[in-house]
Amino acid sequence: MIHTHGSSILETRNLNIYYGQKKVVRNVSLRIPKRTVTALIGPSGCGKSTLLRTFNRMNDFIDSFHYEGEVLFEGSDIYRSRTDVTEFRRRVGMVFQKPNPFTCSIAKNISWGPRINGYQGDLDELVERCLRKAALWDEVKDKLNDSGLALSGGQQQRLCIARAIAMDPEVILMDEPCSALDPQSTLAIEDLIHELRENYTILIVTHNMQQAARVSEHTAFMYNGDLIEYDQTSKIFSQPTEKLTRDYIVGRFG
Amino acid sequence: MTRLELDTTIGPPRRLTTSEEGTIMDTQEIRSSFAIHANRRRIKEWILTKAILGATLVALGVLLYLVGSVLWDGLPYLRSEFFVNFPSRFPDKAGFKSAIYGSMWLGALTLVFAVLLGVSAAVYLQELAGKGRIQSWIELSIATLAGVPSIIYGMLGLGIFVRFFGMGRSVIAGALTLSLLVMPVIIIAAREALKSVPDSIRMGAFALGASRWQTVRDHVLPAATPGIATGVILAMARAMGEAAPLIMLGALTYVAFVPESIFDSFTAMPIQIYNWASRPQAKFHDLAAAGIIVLLGFLVICNSAAIILRSKWGAKKP
Repeated sequence: MIHTHGSSILETRNLNIYYGQKKVVRNVSLRIPKRTVTALIGPSGCGKSTLLRTFNRMNDFIDSFHYEGEVLFEGSDIYRSRTDVTEFRRRVGMVFQKPNPFTCSIAKNISWGPRINGYQGDLDELVERCLRKAALWDEVKDKLNDSGLALSGGQQQRLCIARAIAMDPEVILMDEPCSALDPQSTLAIEDLIHELRENYTILIVTHNMQQAARVSEHTAFMYNGDLIEYDQTSKIFSQPTEKLTRDYIVGRFG
Repeated sequence: MTRLELDTTIGPPRRLTTSEEGTIMDTQEIRSSFAIHANRRRIKEWILTKAILGATLVALGVLLYLVGSVLWDGLPYLRSEFFVNFPSRFPDKAGFKSAIYGSMWLGALTLVFAVLLGVSAAVYLQELAGKGRIQSWIELSIATLAGVPSIIYGMLGLGIFVRFFGMGRSVIAGALTLSLLVMPVIIIAAREALKSVPDSIRMGAFALGASRWQTVRDHVLPAATPGIATGVILAMARAMGEAAPLIMLGALTYVAFVPESIFDSFTAMPIQIYNWASRPQAKFHDLAAAGIIVLLGFLVICNSAAIILRSKWGAKKP
C-alpha cells in the first residue's frame, strides 16, 4: 500500500460513478499524496479518464453523470453544495488529450485564465514565467503575439500545460497528454512532468505503460471500473500482487 | 470453387492454371468484361450529367431572362436624378430617394434590434440554458416562427407596435416588425455557428476556472462570429426585400421627405417598387425596374459579403 507522508491532497472514498444506468467506476477508494506523480493505467473503457475528470468536476458537463461516495480535496468534499466549482477548478488544473489552445495569441492563451480570475500582477512577467516552466519560452519568445494554433502539436500541448500552470494550481490532471504527439514531443512533455513534480501534484492517465513507468512514483491499475491495484510504480511494474495487473503489464491484453 | 489468379506481369495473356474444375477466364477475358461494363457506366453517367446540367440551365435561364428584362427596362432611368428626386406623379421627375433613405433607416435599426435579440437568444439557448421542457418548447416555437408568412408579422407589428405601443406608422415600428421577422432566422444561424465551435475550447476554459459566461464571451462567441455574421447578413438581405409586412403596417407609398427621426413615417424600396409597378402608365413600370436594379444591387452586395466572410474567416478555423 501507499504510505503517504503527511496528508493526501486528493482522496476518493467508496466512489461509484454512473453514466445513466451504466456503472463506470466501482467502489474506488484512493489517496493521492501531495507533490507526487500518480499514473492511472488500464485498458480502454476501464474508467480511468472518468475518475480523472471527477477530480476537477469536469463530469458535471455530462448530463447522465451521477455518483455515490466521496471525493475529497484537502480533506473537504468537492461535491458539497457549498463548493464554488470555478474556484475549485482554479486549484485543480487540467491538460487534455488533444491540445486545445484558445484561438488567440500565445500570450493571451496564458494570461486569460489569471485575468478572468482577477490576477493583479504583471501579466507579461507571468507569461514569461509560465512559458519558461513549460520549457517553451525559448521556442516562442519572439512570437508571443502569434496565434497559439500556429504552433506544432507538441508545442501546443506545452502551451496548454503553461496555461494550466498560470493558474498556480495545486494539482494538474493530465488526460493522456501525449497520445496525440510524436515521440520527440512526448519526451519533452515527460521531461516537463519530471520538473513539475517538485511543485505540483500530478495525476496522469496514460495508455502507454512505459510512460507510466518513466514518469510516475505511484501507479493505479484499473480494470472494468474497479481499482485493481495501487502501489509504488516500481512495485507495480516489477512484482504486482494481482494476476490481472501482471497480465496487463506484460501486454497479455488491453 | 474456382480460384482466379490475375496475372499482373506484362506480356501476352496466358491461360492460368486452376486448382479445381470450373470457369476459367484468362486475364484478357477479365479485362474485356471490365471494359464492357466500364463503357456502359460511362454512357449512363454522360446522360445523367447532361440531364442535371439541363435542369440547372433552365433555372439559370429564367433568372437571366428576369435580370435581363429588368436591366433593359430600368437602366435608362438609372440616372442621378433617380437617386436624388422624391417620388412624383410625373414619371420623368420621379425618384427613389425617400425609399432608399427609408430602407437604410429600417436596415440600420433592424440590424441593431435583430442582432442584439437574436444573438442573445441563441447564446442563451445554446450555451447557457439547460435542456428542459421549457427550452424544447422555445426551440419548437422558434422553428415555427421561422416559417410564418411575413404578412402575419405585419399584422403582429400593426397590433403591437403601431397600435398598442402607439408608435404609429413610424420607422421604429417597421424596424421592430422586421426584427421580429428575421430574428428566428438569426437565432437558428447563430445557434448553428455556436454549435460548430469545438467543445474542447469550452472545456479548456472551464478547466481554468472560468464561468460559463466568461467562456462564451471570450472564446465561443469570437470563434462563432464569422458564422453569425454570415447568418445576420443573409437575414438582413431578406428584411430589405420585404414589402408585405410594411404595407400591412401602413407604411406610406408616397413620401416626399426623408425620415429624420425614428418616429417619422417612411417608405422603403420594395414598397416604392410595388407602388410604381401597380400604376397603369408604362413609364412607371420602367421606374419600378430601375428600383429593382437598386434593390438587387444591394442584395448582391449583401450576399457577396456573406460569401467573402465565410471563405475568409472559415479558413482560419482550428
